[in-house]
Amino acid sequence: MKHYKMIAGLVLVVLLGLVLNNCSGNGESASAEDAAKRVYVKPGSYDEFYAFLSGGFSGQMAVYGLPSGRLFRVISVFSQNPESGYGYSEETKGMLMTSFGFVPWDDAHHPELSETNGEHDGRWLFINGNNTPRVARIDLTTFETAEIIEIPNSGGNHGSPFITENTEYVIASTRFSVPIPNRDVPISSYKENFKGTLSFISVDNKSGDMNLAFQLVVPGLDYDLAHAGKGPSHDWAFFTCYNSEQANSLLEINASQNDKDFIAAVNWKKAEEYVKAGKAKKVSAEYYNNSYSDVTHSTTSRKMNEVLMLDPKDCAGMIYYIPTPKSPHGVDVDPSGEYIVGGGKLSTVLPVHSFQKIIKAIDEKNFDGEFDGIPILKYDAVVAGEVQDPGLGPLHTEFDGKGYAYTSAFLSSEIVKWKLGTWEVVDRVPTYYSIGHLMIPGGDTRKPAGKYVLALNKITKDRYLPTGPELTQSAQLYDISGDKMQLLSDFPTIGEPHYAQAIAADILMKNSKKFYKLEENKNPYSIKGEKEGRVERKGNEIHIYLSSTRSHFKPDNIEGVKVGDKVFWHVTNLEQDWDIPHGFAVKGNNNSELLVMPGQTKTLVWTPAKAGIYPFYCTDFCSALHQEMQGYIRVSEVGSSVKLSFN
Amino acid sequence: MKNISKLLMISAAVLLLGSFLFPIWEIDLRAPQYPEGLGLRIWVDQITGMKDGDLNLINNLNHYIGMKTIQPESIPELKIMPYLIVLFTVLGLFAGIINKKWIKIGWLVLLMLVLVFGLYDFYLWGYDYGHNLNPHAPIKVPGMAYQPPVLGTKQLLNMNARSLPGLGTYFIMISIILSSLSIYQDKKRKEEKTNG
Repeated sequence: MKHYKMIAGLVLVVLLGLVLNNCSGNGESASAEDAAKRVYVKPGSYDEFYAFLSGGFSGQMAVYGLPSGRLFRVISVFSQNPESGYGYSEETKGMLMTSFGFVPWDDAHHPELSETNGEHDGRWLFINGNNTPRVARIDLTTFETAEIIEIPNSGGNHGSPFITENTEYVIASTRFSVPIPNRDVPISSYKENFKGTLSFISVDNKSGDMNLAFQLVVPGLDYDLAHAGKGPSHDWAFFTCYNSEQANSLLEINASQNDKDFIAAVNWKKAEEYVKAGKAKKVSAEYYNNSYSDVTHSTTSRKMNEVLMLDPKDCAGMIYYIPTPKSPHGVDVDPSGEYIVGGGKLSTVLPVHSFQKIIKAIDEKNFDGEFDGIPILKYDAVVAGEVQDPGLGPLHTEFDGKGYAYTSAFLSSEIVKWKLGTWEVVDRVPTYYSIGHLMIPGGDTRKPAGKYVLALNKITKDRYLPTGPELTQSAQLYDISGDKMQLLSDFPTIGEPHYAQAIAADILMKNSKKFYKLEENKNPYSIKGEKEGRVERKGNEIHIYLSSTRSHFKPDNIEGVKVGDKVFWHVTNLEQDWDIPHGFAVKGNNNSELLVMPGQTKTLVWTPAKAGIYPFYCTDFCSALHQEMQGYIRVSEVGSSVKLSFN
Repeated sequence: MKNISKLLMISAAVLLLGSFLFPIWEIDLRAPQYPEGLGLRIWVDQITGMKDGDLNLINNLNHYIGMKTIQPESIPELKIMPYLIVLFTVLGLFAGIINKKWIKIGWLVLLMLVLVFGLYDFYLWGYDYGHNLNPHAPIKVPGMAYQPPVLGTKQLLNMNARSLPGLGTYFIMISIILSSLSIYQDKKRKEEKTNG
């Protein structure tokens, strides 16, 4: 009997061993121990890269460290954030103003770092608002949104914000073609009335200020993604488009009929010349340009009224269509600037166009007819090669700077590595699951740091502990320093990461601001010391100049406010110390709370509806006596004789 | 030989002015929350932070223990010290030009007396800040005083205070050494003369 038990035990051990062995037998993964070592960043040590992952439908931007995958910060961009008061405070509400009024949310897809000589310079980060067409610029010394510009004549700003090599322009294309100017027409008149636009937003080299320099009005298609040229193709920008069928309903069928759609190649230098030569028409267009100053700590919203528009019909040699199979999504330019890769979602091959051949075909007028007046280059004349079997649903390509390209394939859930020039696939690894974009640090610049590739996945299913029907999206880090890609780690992300950018940590960290200098604070409601803390009445407006410092507010007892008064809390954080924000919250506020950085002033409006005593307090654990950092405000009935007083 | 003695004394006098260029004393505070450091720099005519905002910050932190705020403009020594340095420089130059041993000894003794008194005065200020605390301070630890050391380190609650002379003081020390050497030269010369 004992004997049997022993044998049964042995069998169990062997079976268990087999099972365990199978579980760890994932070919493309580095051994767990080895992978852990490569992504482990010792407590107190720094990551090698900052990675910026778009928040997708969250409308925000997330900042992670690589290789650890640790989340450092979520930057408020297009969505209100009640924890900091972004989009709620008087100083930041203006950032979300548009020609449609206040739009406190968006769908943010593509972060792009500013460039000098085709390399990341670490000054600014741009990101698009897909829904209400906008581009935001984030200041990388403060990691705050510094500017948002709206794009008129756009039906949806998906193909944006891609950057020319010296950040001369941020380029943007419209996903939806729409009537320009927008007007009430039958949807079925698409072919006749709907147009697309390609926008060029200039960026001031010193201040970073954005200005909508000009737009090209182009045939009514769906413009999808873009990238600017590099080196020899510096003067050019490339835009994919699908729906060359010009369908206006059930696009998944009706826009998938043609074998080839287009990549639009735009010579932006030539466009500039045409603008200078007066070929552009001034067209009235309503849009907003909102900029935030970290000196006044407030937003200036400017309503703009016109835009310069170029019509390709008046501008020969400015734009060409390159036939590209089939409903292409991403368009990516290799570090040399010679190869332009089109990711045809429904294509079985990945076409790579040659810039030299494009120029030759243009010179030789090697055209295959035209589309709505725009010359179509001959596919065979411009294609450098086709990558066979690039996975199913190829979308985006990044480069490692060592002669290889990495393409994400959504349907087959994999990254496919192939060689530039020979177009042969050399490696492929699965992703978990349904990869969209992928990102190599600097992988869309002239100088990629080909050490890692990050897969940005749409679906995670069984990869993490389940959290009900809504599951996290994920990023997966692969080591690409060797011949074979190796999965190192994966980590959950906020919102939905579409595209991402990464930059060496030492470029950014030395410029990171520690606090705002109080003496430089030019907010009209700022105070420079506790003694200036006060309360003033102007009609039914109450202005409270409130100082916060460890561990008290000044004033902290306020009386004489009446029901229906509009109370402005102007909170200045007097601290001049690193990492000492103070929060502010008043009971029952229908607005939000505030987080005020050292040296900063923020204003929150509160309209008390009932008489009584309302407590207010600091919401950021600032000091040992943080719990004592509190005050009371007394609200009296209209007509009460309580005098305005404070201490 | 006489020229060397003269040169040493004149250099000693001129080097005193070096104390204007650098802090004469440095007090650094170390605490876990301040990996970037925190400190005060005492100059002959002012008190500054080790970095921007440190003085404000230290005053702000000190209010928890009820310490008076450090207001450089209300410390009379910071107004007197620059004149003293200039005075000693002029006197030293004078002593060097005349190059009389006893005048130089007188200068040196006087300078050292002033220095010793200065250190004692510094101790008194520290004592006053460390002991005369607001009785309503939020943090009161029975028997605890917050006097920073004149020289060396001391744990003051969560802060480790380290007090050391700054480069400015080293200039004064070099000045003392050079003037002593000048006097020693005179002595040697006299002995040589006597022996010769």
